[in-house]
Amino acid sequence: MIDGLNPALILICGSLLALLAPQGSIRNTFMLALPILGALQLWGLPYGQYARIEAFDLTLTTLRLDGLSFAFALVFHIAALLAVVYAWGLRDPVQQVAGLLYPGAAVGAVLAGDLVSLFVCWELAAVSSVFLIWARRTPRAYRAGLRYLLVQIASGLLLLAGVILHLRAAGSIAFEHLGLNSAGGTLIFVAFGIKAAFPLLHNWLQDAYPEATVTGTVVLSAFTTKMAVYALARGFAGTEALIAIGTLMAMFPIFYAVIENDLRRVLAYSMNNQLGFMVVGVGIGTPLALDGAVAHAFADILFKALLFMSMGAVLLRAGTVNGSELGGLYKSMPLTAGFCIVGAASISAFPLFSAFATKSLILEAAAREGHWIPFLFLLFASAGVFHHAGIKIPYFAFFAHDSGIRCQEAPRHMLVAMGLAAALCVGIGVFPGALYAILPYPVAFDPYTATHVITQLQLLAWSALAFALLVRTGVYPPELRSVNLDFDWLYRKLLPAAAAGVWGAALGAWEGFNRLLEGGVGRLIAALALHHGQQGIMAATWPTTRMVLWAVFLLGACLVFYYL
Amino acid sequence: MIDPSPSADRPEKRYWLDEPRNVDKIFYGLIGVCAALLLSDLAYHKHATFGFESWFGFFAWYGFLCCVALVLLAKQMRKLVKRNEDYYGD
Repeated sequence: MIDGLNPALILICGSLLALLAPQGSIRNTFMLALPILGALQLWGLPYGQYARIEAFDLTLTTLRLDGLSFAFALVFHIAALLAVVYAWGLRDPVQQVAGLLYPGAAVGAVLAGDLVSLFVCWELAAVSSVFLIWARRTPRAYRAGLRYLLVQIASGLLLLAGVILHLRAAGSIAFEHLGLNSAGGTLIFVAFGIKAAFPLLHNWLQDAYPEATVTGTVVLSAFTTKMAVYALARGFAGTEALIAIGTLMAMFPIFYAVIENDLRRVLAYSMNNQLGFMVVGVGIGTPLALDGAVAHAFADILFKALLFMSMGAVLLRAGTVNGSELGGLYKSMPLTAGFCIVGAASISAFPLFSAFATKSLILEAAAREGHWIPFLFLLFASAGVFHHAGIKIPYFAFFAHDSGIRCQEAPRHMLVAMGLAAALCVGIGVFPGALYAILPYPVAFDPYTATHVITQLQLLAWSALAFALLVRTGVYPPELRSVNLDFDWLYRKLLPAAAAGVWGAALGAWEGFNRLLEGGVGRLIAALALHHGQQGIMAATWPTTRMVLWAVFLLGACLVFYYL
Repeated sequence: MIDPSPSADRPEKRYWLDEPRNVDKIFYGLIGVCAALLLSDLAYHKHATFGFESWFGFFAWYGFLCCVALVLLAKQMRKLVKRNEDYYGD
């Protein structure tokens, strides 16, 4: 442990230094050491504020360690470690650097004690993460990456504008509770909301994540959105609007998830759904609710990474993650199928799996505060997530009708990474006390009561029965190759069409103006030509005698007028 | 890597789940589990915060109805939002 050293710097500098190491096991080992060293450094630091920098009359606190930032920074290190193991066979320096630089930026963001440091890390995370999408090296991924980057940069600019307004109003850049009472606070709220994928600001996630590389999606799923949940918990805990926003977030994506064919996009929708639970927790704002938001973010990073890893392995081996083309893969990839089921059980909150111990904190907090409408919706969303992520993902990929695809099991390093993630998911479910111990507030909650276990099993079993009945009666909608319109339709279709319309109208107006001008000028020229043209009277050369005649006539006329 | 047609000379191993009878067994097993869980509401005292939580089998039928509603609504939604795969031209 080095006194006052920011763990984020270990990841950020190390990711660049890794390029100096020869490709292969030496570079991989070096990269594996980075998140381990970072986590050890984090673990060794006592809570407090470090690394203060004075710049332009501002005091930057680049390292603030407390209960809230510690839990997020720790799980970010674990996620970075899992990604390095998962990508052990990868030989692409772009993904290798981005795969550590981006987690480093995210760690920096959750450890930032002031808004300017937060902004710097916020933007570094945006810029470094887009390479995980572009690394797929297809035109489609390139365009998706550009759209992603635009949205992320917009969030950064809103954050910067908000920070400037906040500094002018409050005279401080310390990142503490902000609230919605000032213009600066509201702008910052929207900036956080974009990255947390609030409804209508959410679509960058479903658009971009499924277009990233096999490893890229695993890495992307862990950091940006949870960084935003952290930022909301720090700046806007107890903001009532978040309860409604979070409930909506948990609800609407499950409908899309049911009809989506790309299984990695189904998972992207279910990310939105899980983020909704966390946002509700932040909105309730009691210690139990905030603990729930943090614990659920912790668990979500692990089971979502596990699910994306299993779908990544399917993409690698079978060449597709479209539900319409998969099925029966358990015969070829039994271990991947097993790990996927562990991830599915974890996200569905089965007893003994992680979300059972974390999501229930949020539901319990909602119940204690008397929020019965959000409670019922979150229960609906819980049944829904089991339906689309817990059953649909493993069912259509590994079971359902046999697609006839026979491929190899996932590579060993991917299996190891999935095994580690699965062990952590089960570990949190079986020993929730270990996770509760690192939460910001002391937890007095036991998830394993008879009521909680039985009611949760009732919810899940009967949801499974609904799925089975609907599939057996043929009511369940088949997986179809298709695109489902979502909010991105607005900027991918309507806006370009509107822009094309405006451009066309402008072009038409300009042409009309030109025609009018040409007509007018033409008539003017014709009129001039009539008098001044070759045959025009004004263009003819006049003989001197006629000039003299006219001069004499005019002088004579003057004389006559003079006498009159 | 991908071999969609397993070679004919080496008959492929038949898995337990390949037998439709066994899939039926799982389905009926699930019905049994659901029934048992529903009835277990009679066997213990439920700690409920809201009144509706203590209704008989609330979590069971609420979960069931939610999932049916979810699928039926999503099917209707498909009519509205489904487009061809190349709708966005990429």
